[in-house]
Amino acid sequence: MEKKIEILVIGTNAPILATVLRLLNTNENWNATGCSAIEEVIEACDNKPYDVLLIGAGLTDGEEAILTQRVLEIYPSIKVIPHYGGGSGLLFAEIYLALAGGTKNQAQ
Amino acid sequence: MAQTVLHTADSRGGADHGWLKSYHTFSFASYFNPERVQFGALRVLNDDSVDGGMGFGDHPHDNMEIISIPLEGSLQHKDSMGNLATIEPGEIQVMSAGTGIYHTEYNKDKNVPVKFLQIWVFPNKRNVEPRYDQVRIDTASTTNQLVQVLSPNPDDAGVWIHQDAWFNMGKLESGNTVDYQIHKEGNGAYIFVLEGTVEVNGQTLNRRDGYGIWDTTGFAITATANAEFLIMDVPMEF
Repeated sequence: MEKKIEILVIGTNAPILATVLRLLNTNENWNATGCSAIEEVIEACDNKPYDVLLIGAGLTDGEEAILTQRVLEIYPSIKVIPHYGGGSGLLFAEIYLALAGGTKNQAQ
Repeated sequence: MAQTVLHTADSRGGADHGWLKSYHTFSFASYFNPERVQFGALRVLNDDSVDGGMGFGDHPHDNMEIISIPLEGSLQHKDSMGNLATIEPGEIQVMSAGTGIYHTEYNKDKNVPVKFLQIWVFPNKRNVEPRYDQVRIDTASTTNQLVQVLSPNPDDAGVWIHQDAWFNMGKLESGNTVDYQIHKEGNGAYIFVLEGTVEVNGQTLNRRDGYGIWDTTGFAITATANAEFLIMDVPMEF
C-alpha cells in the first residue's frame, strides 16, 4: 500500500480547523492531523515526519515565522504553506501545489 | 512590453451540482489545473448560477477577501457576525474573512435562478477582523464610462478590501472606447466580459472570456458590440 501524504494543520479557530481536517481526510491518499498551538505542532513533528504543514487562521505573523523556522529545522523538506479560504474551494489546489513545489505568488 | 494571458469562456473548468452550476476561470474545488491557478492576487473567479430556493449552507472562510457581484436574481446573505441582507444586480458585496467567518447564501426566490460572480482575492494581511459590507453601484446611468466598484480605500467609491486592488465595471455601446490606467506599479488587470464583445490590445474578447494584461501602464477597451465587463486591477506579486 502506498504511503499516505501526512498533512499537519494548525489553526486556532476550532470549527474551521475541523472543517479543513474533514475535507482533507476525504482524500484517501492523505492523512491530516490538527493542532491548535505551536508547541503541539513541534511535539507532533518530533513523533513522526510530515509532508506538509498548513498554517491556518489565528497565528500572528511573528508566530507563523517562528513556527515555520522551528518546523523546517526538524524537517527541512516539509512544505510549509499558509492556508487561505477556510477550506472550501482552494484546499485541494493548495496541497497539490505545495507537493509540486509551487507557490502562491504566481501570475497565470 | 505588455504580457498577456487569454482564458476563453469555453476553456474554463465547470461543475454541475444540480442546484448549482459554476464555471471556474481558476482552479477551484474539484477543478485543478496547475496552469490555471490565479492571476496575481486574483485567486477565484466563479461564474455561478443557483436554482430557485437553493443555496450555500453554513460554511466557513478565513483569510480571503470575497466579493460577490449579482448579475440576475437576488441572494440572501446571513453570517456569523449577525448580518442579514439581500443583494441584487446593481450591488456589490464584500466579506473580509480574516480570522474566520461562517455564512449562508440562498436564493430565496423559488422560481428564478440567481446568477452571480464569486471573486476571491488574496488579502495583503492575514488574520484581520472579519468584516461584511455591501454597496449599491450605479452602472445604469454611466454608459460609455468606467465605474469603480472596489478599492483598497474605505473612503473611495465602492466597497473596499485588504489588498491593493481596484475593480471597475464598464458598459459600452458598440464603437465606443474607454482608456484604463493600471492603478499601481506591479499591478496587472484582468478583464472579464459579462456581455457582448470587446477588443483589448488587439485581442477580441467575447462573452465570459477573460484576459489578463500586465507589465503595462494601461490599455484601451473598445466595444465591437454593446458590451459589459469587469476590470480587476490586482498586484501580480504580493
